[in-house]
Amino acid sequence: MFKAIVIIRKRPKILDPEGKAVEQGAKLLGFNNVRNTRIGKYVEFFVNTENKEDAEKEVYEYCNKLLANPIIEDFEYRLENVE
Amino acid sequence: MIKFGVVVFPGANCDYDAYYAAKKTLGHDAEFLWHKSRSLNGADVIILPGGFSYGDYLRAGAIAKFSPIVEEIINFAERGGIVIGICNGFQILLEMGLLPGAMLKNKSLKFVCKNVYIKIASRDNIFTNKITEKNILKIPIAHGEGNYFADDDVISELKKNSQIVFQYSDSGGKITEESNPNGSIMNIAGITNKRKNVLGLMPHPERACEPLLGSGDGALIFNSVINNLIK
Repeated sequence: MFKAIVIIRKRPKILDPEGKAVEQGAKLLGFNNVRNTRIGKYVEFFVNTENKEDAEKEVYEYCNKLLANPIIEDFEYRLENVE
Repeated sequence: MIKFGVVVFPGANCDYDAYYAAKKTLGHDAEFLWHKSRSLNGADVIILPGGFSYGDYLRAGAIAKFSPIVEEIINFAERGGIVIGICNGFQILLEMGLLPGAMLKNKSLKFVCKNVYIKIASRDNIFTNKITEKNILKIPIAHGEGNYFADDDVISELKKNSQIVFQYSDSGGKITEESNPNGSIMNIAGITNKRKNVLGLMPHPERACEPLLGSGDGALIFNSVINNLIK
């Protein structure tokens, strides 16, 4: 079995008003060095197979077809072997 | 008599408005279609209503696209059937791939609920070709994620094929930054597919079908479709 950890980011060219608003909060708290806050998504789940290639394929399809919208988002993932 | 099929997703909240507009205001037939159904029950026009299907989890419209009825809607659209997606319905059409592009959060980050003016940018489609009364419609919006985005290639395709149907404007029809409520590229409020039988729009025409509601302009869009079908 594998544990999949997926990070979904807005594409660099896509504006992120949520990140901007949060960064205004950072400024108010005095975190003056904070720059370019961007907000994405973190997803984790298990993949019930012993074959890493199969797991990779399934995770990739899951990301591409549902978890991320490829028009506006990029994704990356890693797999951890779990007992 | 035209039959409207109003698709009901869990979390839809404008389904009754659409049903009421079709049946009581426009005087045609309407039927609710549960999202788990695999039949469109002979509807002539499918409406994907506004709301928060599946709580807008993941992305607005992202999960609704896997409802059993969606496959039927795609087949229907491929045969030339008329589909109108309003607000969340527009977001679902984008996620389904029946329309190009994607929605981002409003530039202001605020949920915006107010009357806006939209200019008819193209009449080369059944949704606006019978509207002779006016060029600028007053119709309410109510959304937090209506900031239309598509890459440059898609935008130039939309322009080339006259697929941009509505643009946010001021009351005089000027397309300005101030009249853009959500940051959409080119003030886009509504687009069609290339074949022009599928319309997605963020404003709610079903909420503006009688003067008592502040505007009757929404009925012009539905009547344009009806007049094309009846001929």
